[in-house]
Amino acid sequence: MTLLKLEGLTARYGASQALIGVDLEVGAGEVVALMGRNGMGKTTTVKAICRMIPSEGRLSLDGQDLHPLPSHRVARLGIGLVPEGRRCFADLTVRENLIAAARPGDWTQARVTALFPRLGERLTQRAASLSGGEQQMLAIGRALMTNPRLLILDEATEGLAPIVRQEIWAAIAALKREAGLSILLIDKSLRELAGVSDRAVILERGRTVWTGAMADLTPELGERYVGV
Amino acid sequence: MIPERLLTFAVPAALLAVALWALAVEEPFTITLATRAAILALAAVGLNIALGIGGLVSLGHAVFFGLGGYAMGILAHHAQTYTTLDLGPLSISGSKSMPLIWLVAVAVSALAALLIGLLSLRTSGVYFIMITLAFGQMFYYFAISWSSYGGEDGLSIYVRNGFPGLNTLDPIQFFGLCFALLCLALLLYARLRAAPFGLALNAARQVPARVETVGLSPLRLKLLAFVISGAITGLAGALFADLNRFVSPTMFSWQLSGELIVLIVIGGVGRLTGPVIGACLFVLLEHWLGALTEFWHIWLGVILLGIVLFARGGIVGLLTGKAGPHV
Repeated sequence: MTLLKLEGLTARYGASQALIGVDLEVGAGEVVALMGRNGMGKTTTVKAICRMIPSEGRLSLDGQDLHPLPSHRVARLGIGLVPEGRRCFADLTVRENLIAAARPGDWTQARVTALFPRLGERLTQRAASLSGGEQQMLAIGRALMTNPRLLILDEATEGLAPIVRQEIWAAIAALKREAGLSILLIDKSLRELAGVSDRAVILERGRTVWTGAMADLTPELGERYVGV
Repeated sequence: MIPERLLTFAVPAALLAVALWALAVEEPFTITLATRAAILALAAVGLNIALGIGGLVSLGHAVFFGLGGYAMGILAHHAQTYTTLDLGPLSISGSKSMPLIWLVAVAVSALAALLIGLLSLRTSGVYFIMITLAFGQMFYYFAISWSSYGGEDGLSIYVRNGFPGLNTLDPIQFFGLCFALLCLALLLYARLRAAPFGLALNAARQVPARVETVGLSPLRLKLLAFVISGAITGLAGALFADLNRFVSPTMFSWQLSGELIVLIVIGGVGRLTGPVIGACLFVLLEHWLGALTEFWHIWLGVILLGIVLFARGGIVGLLTGKAGPHV
């Protein structure tokens, strides 16, 4: 069953056309990698999905058109975003960050700290005082506390130490395996993406240029469109 | 350094102790000063919800203080003149009952905060400050021209309004009433700040766009905070009018809005006991320095300057050694 569907999605920043025609589907319980070089429209696509920028074309979640909805209503429908650059609520503690985002559902503070034990050790610490990796874990935990049906991770491992990246990837794999969450992943690590993703969608200059099973993404295609 | 938790109990206890000491040594004027501090603190606790948690620098909170005052003044005026208040087809008699007056003051202030908030919260920063200031000035000049209720001269109430089971003319009993309401407001503030609503409001102050991504509307959060804030400040206005047995357009003045902000900044923005400390210091300076010179505001300005430059967390920050609640 298709959860998220984008068809011919277009978006612009002023006079600049950022998305020309993005086609993308994420099924229930499916993990989809959204790939492409820098500046090809990956983050813009995420912003359009979350209604943070205006867009045109088809954009629906579980059959419901998202275009008439403001950003917070889209989140309430079940799209949890882990934005690029983390952006935790710096003045709040770890616990407060989680409580502020909490919505009823299976994901609770206890479940988030079981997924990220480091957060459990730092519940009373201000988010601003956490390391980059811990802030990333908090950003994921905060998104999970909204009890989403679809989790979007935009460059979740960017700029992190290798050992922390491993922890994050292990958590994403656990989310797929145990929670059965639908996930849309943006990352540059082809090897790790291949380990968790079912399908891949590649963007080139604001357009979907390739869609297929992750297993079908050959090194040549990776080299051609993603540069890895 | 003093733990902030200790201040939570020590500061209101000190205010209560001053009033009880004044009762013991038969200094009713000191009880009145303590009452004035408690009422100003109550108004500032209200503003602290919008300013301290939500980051809303409202230069129009005197609107709610004044509306609370006029709610009391108008109801008491009609009660003491045995006339009715005609609102189109509705004809309402006046009242000398504090609980009823408080209810009206809170309802009117909350409604005004809702309408003002709906318009002003679509802006931010300096524009929000200017819009709230403009609303304050509108109400101020309206009150000046409202001749039915005294216009520029204001309204005098002959006898303080009553509260069931209490003699409100007795300074200590009226103080007790104001002090109890202040404690309730402090409790509400503490609960709100720690509740998901307060945390989300705090988050909306920091990064509004990120709050939207967790399914919350920053506008609605701020609007609700503004309404609660205005309602509490309105209640304080009704008590202030009862304390002085007088209401006038100055209750709507932008200077009063500014003074409420100053109280909070001196005590500590977003700190639970900050408004209480700020209000007590303000009343002390007003009384002591005011007796020495009519330019006592200069010294208040010097203190404010010192705190802004050298103590970012206000007096609470100085006492606790923490510039913010979590630092």
